[in-house]
Parts: sequence; structure tokens; C-alpha cells
Amino acid sequence: MTIRSLMTTAAACAMLATPALADINIGASLAETGPAAFLGDPEAKTLRMEVEKINAAGGINGEKINLIIYDDGGDANKAKTFATRLVEDDEVVAVIGGTTTGPTMAMIPVFEDAEIPFISLAGAVEIVEPVNPWVFKTPHTDRMACEKIFADMKARGFTKIGMISGSDGFGKSMQGQCKGVAEASGVEIVADEVYGPQDADMTPQLTNIKGSGAEAILNSGMGQGPAVVTRNHTQLAIEAPLYESHGVASKQYIELSGAEAAEGVRLPAAALLVADQLADDNPQKPVVQGYRDAYEAETGEDVSTFGGHAYDALYILKAAIEKAGSTDPAAIRDAIEQTQGFVGTAGEVNYSPEDHLGLTLDAFEMLEIKNGEWTIVQ
Amino acid sequence: MRPSHKSATLLVLIPLILLAPVFFPSSFYYRVGALIFINGLAVTGMVILIGYAGQISLGHAGFAGIGAYSCALMPVHWGIPPVLAAVFGAVISALLAWLVGRPILRLKGYYLAVATLGFGILVYMVLTNETWLTGGPDGMNVADSGLRDLAKSLGINMKNSEFWYWLCAIVMVAGVWLAMNLQDSPTGRALRAVHGSEVAARTVGVDVARYKLQAFVISAVYASVAGSMVALQNEFVTPDVSGYMHSIEWVTMTVLGGAGSVLGAIFGAAILTLLPQVLTAFAEYEQLLLGLIMMLVMIFMPDGLLPSIMRRIRGKDE
Amino acid sequence: MSELLQFLFSGLTVGAVYALVALGFTIIYNASDVVNFAQGEFVMLGGMLTVFTYAAGLPLPLAALIAVLVTAGVGVALNKLAIEPARGAPVVSLIIITIGASIFLRGGAQVLFGKQIHRFPSFSGDTPFRIGGATILPQSLWVFAGGIAIFIGLYLFFTRTLTGKAVLATSNNRLAAQLVGINTNWVMTLSFALSAGIGALAGVLITPITNTSYDVGIALALKGFAAAMLGGMGNPKGALAGGLLLGVIEAMTAGYLSSQYKDAAAFIVILLVLFIMPQGLFGAKQTERV
Repeated sequence: MTIRSLMTTAAACAMLATPALADINIGASLAETGPAAFLGDPEAKTLRMEVEKINAAGGINGEKINLIIYDDGGDANKAKTFATRLVEDDEVVAVIGGTTTGPTMAMIPVFEDAEIPFISLAGAVEIVEPVNPWVFKTPHTDRMACEKIFADMKARGFTKIGMISGSDGFGKSMQGQCKGVAEASGVEIVADEVYGPQDADMTPQLTNIKGSGAEAILNSGMGQGPAVVTRNHTQLAIEAPLYESHGVASKQYIELSGAEAAEGVRLPAAALLVADQLADDNPQKPVVQGYRDAYEAETGEDVSTFGGHAYDALYILKAAIEKAGSTDPAAIRDAIEQTQGFVGTAGEVNYSPEDHLGLTLDAFEMLEIKNGEWTIVQ
Repeated sequence: MRPSHKSATLLVLIPLILLAPVFFPSSFYYRVGALIFINGLAVTGMVILIGYAGQISLGHAGFAGIGAYSCALMPVHWGIPPVLAAVFGAVISALLAWLVGRPILRLKGYYLAVATLGFGILVYMVLTNETWLTGGPDGMNVADSGLRDLAKSLGINMKNSEFWYWLCAIVMVAGVWLAMNLQDSPTGRALRAVHGSEVAARTVGVDVARYKLQAFVISAVYASVAGSMVALQNEFVTPDVSGYMHSIEWVTMTVLGGAGSVLGAIFGAAILTLLPQVLTAFAEYEQLLLGLIMMLVMIFMPDGLLPSIMRRIRGKDE
Repeated sequence: MSELLQFLFSGLTVGAVYALVALGFTIIYNASDVVNFAQGEFVMLGGMLTVFTYAAGLPLPLAALIAVLVTAGVGVALNKLAIEPARGAPVVSLIIITIGASIFLRGGAQVLFGKQIHRFPSFSGDTPFRIGGATILPQSLWVFAGGIAIFIGLYLFFTRTLTGKAVLATSNNRLAAQLVGINTNWVMTLSFALSAGIGALAGVLITPITNTSYDVGIALALKGFAAAMLGGMGNPKGALAGGLLLGVIEAMTAGYLSSQYKDAAAFIVILLVLFIMPQGLFGAKQTERV
């Protein structure tokens, strides 16, 4: 009896949350909380902010977007439940999300079954290789980040690399990709250490890396771990320069590490972080400046490339719906796949039936922190 | 304990399971139902451990992890069909529970809690760290169990979420039925004696250690099967399935619903599985409200939801 | 040799963090047999409130003081609004209330403070001390000093003061304590205030090392609980020893064996210790009531 009445309460709530007809239902399942909230939170904020903006300007093809965001906490089982809810209860025409790879992979079968286009915001290569007709992604892959970093290291004459990685999905995934491409990139991994994402001190791992003869150190991780690594790197006065991953691409990283400790750290990131330093004729400049200013004004927080991934996904979707001229999921999917020359925060996106990532290595800039600011390495 | 207890539990559960779909506004609710049944199965095991034997565990999600990854790994490496892998997973869980349980169950109260917590975390760490085998934190695919195709070939054609609703319901009801039989068996009576007072039970000749171990092993099998069901239904699994937060969640469901009876614990599982879906309407206040509701329930119904509600319905009888 | 020393310094730094959290568990446990699962959230509140009051322009010591007092107030409120009304409830129900409180406080912090990660500067700068080729940060010494000060304070409190003895008496037998004239309600309120305050102080001391955000409490409570159990629940000496030991085991494992399995090593040691000493290292042998 009570289960039933709860079910009806749930249904009533769900109905309350669904506004008028003839809206375009777009769904999202993101890690707004949980270990990956560092990524998921700016993504959700970006989607809410930009959808409001689009609706205020008249929507898409004259129809308003009805954005439905669920917080999956980065848990694959919850993500799968919300994916089912988006498809079967909310009747969305397209979905953005999956902050990290696990939830993304768990959700894919649901959207494939229901034939709903899905743009993931997670990093792993497996999401788009092999290509699934219904699945796209906007961030660079971890593998690209590894290649970019190794190329820069080699150019500076470092071939013996010490790796230190977070044990979360982000860190582990990139650790695996980097080890995979090391040989082809002409570098050798001489130390391979791991830390927990909430650890308070990484000096044992760094001491071992120091003793391994590494000429440069690569930290793959996100959130607060890299800040501790950076401070410990300075504490131990390690001479081998530190490279961070794109997982720290937010001004917050510099604040948490302290400008002194972060001095000289390099990382690959999208142009978003260095918007003002781009050449005036760079087509990305107005896009990234506009998004950065709007985000920072709206939230009072520093812009991060993760929010940028959500921005790109939303506007790729918007362009596709406009082009398709309908809200039929299959038509939207076809239009997304035809995306060409889309200039987003991550770079220029060119999708094709064989390529659902659409970015090249050029989209990454190599940045160095100088005096507490990002600068482009020429 | 009235003799009709066993049939009463099933008489409440089965009609509810059969009737609930009538009120589903969309087929998504089949998915929620299936999750309730999976959690319901796990907490039925927890009732045997907590309610019958009076022992605590904060590590049972570890057994769920073993059940889930058995379904993921055995088909890939040994060509064992996923459903059979679930059975093997339950056997492995039982053996492991038997091995671990012997030393662990000598501990009491919080010391038992932290030891089981440690066990669960060890399982989680292996699943997270051995990327070459398990895919690491990003998880791995689970082969199609073929059960839905089997049903189709028998002429039962259902949507995926609908199919799993009924399958999980059958597994849970079977689990409940077994638990009810256990309760009425000599083992059940011995366990209740252990729960009442270990010392007293020992004095009258009950082999306390053996019965506690039995309860631990049985509840581990329930958790393992629940983990397998998650893996088979999702066709994808991550180490989160074995995270200690899930262990705590199961204990919470059991106590919140009423640890003394299977029906109460399943009631708790239903509430705590449904709440997050209902509370999404409150966006960022979701966690705040969830915590508040848990506190209020325990403050005003310290014996659990179901026993308190029953007492209120019966009114003056008690 | 310098490596060993560095691993040891790292272990002691991390261990002092665990010990600080573990110390917070002891008082409420001693007064009520309840392990307070919201203890990690007290630590979080201490750090977060300091971050925001400090950012608002208050000097750091004042910001820290406010954070500790406010958190102690939250502890009192938790006792008055949630624990006291549930008096007579089984201990396991009280534990579920603290789990609910932990989710509630985390949810509240998320709404109030947002989900960003924060930090405020170390008390005495970030220039490390160099000893025998190894380094340690001044903030680590602050954390040690804080841990030892709280430990001595608690030790004196429980053994030398009437109030402390009243807390222990309340835990042993509430009715008997009432009969000899102890105001058990007041003892409970005091315990929650002290536990919350100690948790908040821990948060203030460790944030320059660990950083803080609305959800740091979960991991801290887990390690703090494990440390307290390793040492023997309810005993300040056990909390201190358990915390430091846990930190050193993790650092040594990371240094000499495998950084992947350092947390696993910590729990394996806990399991082994409990098999040999079922009450932890310093836990009191309890007689069973029939």
C-alpha cells in the first residue's frame, strides 16, 4: 500500500517538474556531487546558464529548451537509472553527460536501444572507438593529452619520465593511456606511482620518483590531489620539472598549490584558459572570451575547461537541431554527425561517420604557469 | 512469532509486486522496481545477519563486488555463461565469508564493524587497482546474460526494464521465502538465542560461533547474488558496486525499515531506493532532505518504520 | 637513510591528521557508546567556515576561533534536536541518526558553500625544515602540536576533572549516573560540543595540508574511525597511537612496497591487530553483561 502511494508521489513529483508541451526536452546526467564533482559541477552550471540564455533569445527553432539534469554522483549504476529515466519518463530527444568514463559506458546501451543521440563529456578513447552511431564526445581524449605532454618533454630533451597518478577513474585512465603511447612517443616511464584522490601527502611517491632518475614528472589526476603533488614537489626541491594533466585546467589549481609551488608547471589545455592571449584573428577568441566572462559573472568561480566541454556539447546540439529542423532524435543524430567547422572552447570540431571526437592535437595548447598565470608555451 | 508469519510476509509482498505496475506512469518505474528488489534481496541477507544473529557488517558490498565481477570476468576468461557465473560468484562469496568470518566474528560491536569495513575496502581496492583484469575505476562490460532472449523464445516479449522488474522480483521473493524458512528452522531459533544473549545461549549448549558463521555466510550469498543481478541487468559494472557506502546503505535500509523482520528491511530498501528519485525535484537540496528524513524517521520511529507503523495501526492492541 | 626519514615524516604528517579526527570520536563514544558518523563533517565545517570567514577579511586566528565555536554550536544543536529526542532508542538507531546528520550537514554545506575546493595559507609559511636530507612542512608541526595538546587536554579531562568522570560514568550506566546526581543531559550536550569543537579545530589545522571541500568529511571519518578502532575505541591514547601508526604504515607501504596498495596495507594491519587484540591496542577489556 505504502510503496504504491510512494510510487504515485514520485510520479506526481515527476509531473510537476515537467513544464508545458512543445518544448525540446534535453537531458543530462552529470556528477554534480561525489568524487568527480570537480568536473561535474561546472558542467551542470554551464548547461543551466547557457540554456537560460538560449531560451531568453527565443529558443531553438522557436521552441524552448526544457533541460533536465540529474546528479549521478559519478556512480555507474545510478547513471544507468537516470539514463533510463531520461529516455522512458522524460522522453528527451538528446542527452549530454556522463562526467566520467564509467557512467558514460554504463549509459551508452540505454541510448543505443532507444536511439537517442548522446554527447559524452568524459575523456576516455573507448567512448568513441569503435564509433557508436549514437555516441559523440567533446573533450580531448586522455591519449591526446599524453601525446602532447610527451612531445613537449622530448622537445626539451627529457626521455626518462616518472609518472604519479590519482587512483580515481580520471587518473587511472590517463595513466593507462600514457603508458600505452610512451614508447611510440620516444619516452620511457621509469617510475609509476599512485595516490588516493584525498591523500594529504605524496612525498613517499615523489621521493621514489626522485630516486628513479626521472628527468621529468607527469601527474595525471584531477581535483585536489594535483595541488598536493605540486606542493610536495616543491617541498622536496625536485629538479625534474612537473607536468600536470588537463584535469587541473582551472585557475583553482594555481590557488590551491600556491603560485610559488606552481611556478614552471606545464600542462596541456584548451585555449579557454588563455583566452586573452590568443591572437586577435583566432576564431576561437570571441567564443572562449564570451563563455569565460559569462561563466565567471554568473557563478563567481573561475572558469574551467570542464564547463567548456558542456558548453561545446550544448551548442553542437543546438546547431544540429536547427539544421535538422526537427526534434526527431534520428534527424538530430544525423545533423550532429555532419558538424563541420564548429568553433568551441576545446577547438574546432569536425565530426564524421568515422570520427565522433572531431578534434585534433592542435586543439591543445601547452601552457606554463608563470607568476601565478597561465602562459602559452611558444 | 505467530505461525502465519511466513505466509503473511509473502502475502503482503507478492500482491504488491503484482499490482505496483498498474500505477507506473512510465516504463522507467520498472527499473526503479528492479533496483528495489535487488536492494531488497541484499537487506534480506542483512536481516539474517543483523536481525536474527545480532551481528553487524559494514563490508557486505564487498561480496556484491565479487558477485558482480564474477559475472563480468568468468564469461570473458573461462567462457562460463553469465548466469552460471553468478552461481559460482555466490559459491566464492560463501567460501570467502566462511574463511574471513571465522576470525572476524570473534570481534564484537564496533570492532566487528571496522573489521568487515576493512574486508570490503580490500575487495574494492583490488577491483580498482587491477586494471588489467577489471578495467579499473572505469569499469568493464558484462556479457549479455541471454535471459531476455530465452524469455523471448518462450513467447514472453517484454521491454528490457520490464523484464528485469519481473526477474528481480522472482529472485527476491525466492530469497525471502528461504529466509523465512530459515527463521523457523532450528538454526533460526539458535540464532535468536545468540541475538538475545551469547553467554546465555552458550550456557544452554548452543554452538554460538558456528551459528554466527552460518548467518554471515548466508548473508554474504544474498549480497553476492544482489551484486550479480546489478551486473547482469546493467551489462556493465564498476568497482563502485563494492564501495563501502553501499555497505552502509544496506545497513541503513535494514535498520530504518526495521531490522527485526524481512518485510521491514525490504520496506526500508524501497524507501531509500525511491527517495533519491523523488528528491531529484529538489535539485541541490536533495542531500539535505535525504539526511533530514533519515534523522526524523529514526527519532520518531527508533525501532524502524514498519514496526512503528504496525504498532500505530494496531493501536491499543499492544 | 634520508628516504626512510622522508617516509617517516610523511607518515607522521598524515598520521597526525588521522589522529586529530580519531580524537574527536572518543568523547561522544565515551558518553553514549555512539560512534558519531558525522564527525568527519565537523572537521569539514571547521575548515570551510575558516575559509569563508578568512576570505571575508577576518584575521586567521579569529576566523579559526569562530569556526570552532560555530561548529561546537552545530554539535550542541545535533544533540538537542536529534539525539536527545531519540533517547531510549537502540544504539544502532542513534548511529543511523548520525549517518543522517552527516548526509544533512554535507548537503547543507554544499548549498551554503558550493562545491569548490578551498585552502587558506599555512600558519607559518611553506618553507620546509630540512633534517637529515628529509623535509617536513611547518604546518605538519602545527598538526602534531594540535594533536598532542588535544590529547593531553582530553587525558586530563577524563582522569582529573569531575566533569570528565561524569562523562565516563554516564557511558557506563546512565541510570546509576543519574542516581548519583549527574545531569546526564548536560553531559551529552557537553560531549557533543567538545567533539564538534575538536573536530573543527582538526579541520582548521589540517586544511593548509589537505585542502577542504564540502565532501572531505567522508574519507576523513573513515580513516579516523579506523584509527580509533586500531588504538582502542574511547581511549585518547589509542586514538593518538592508532592515527600515527596508520599514517606511518601507509607511508612506509607507499615508499617501500606499492603506493597502489598502501590503504590496503593499513586495513590488513588493522585486521591482524584485531585478531590478536580484539579490543584494539589500548582498548579496555569489557566484561559482558548477561
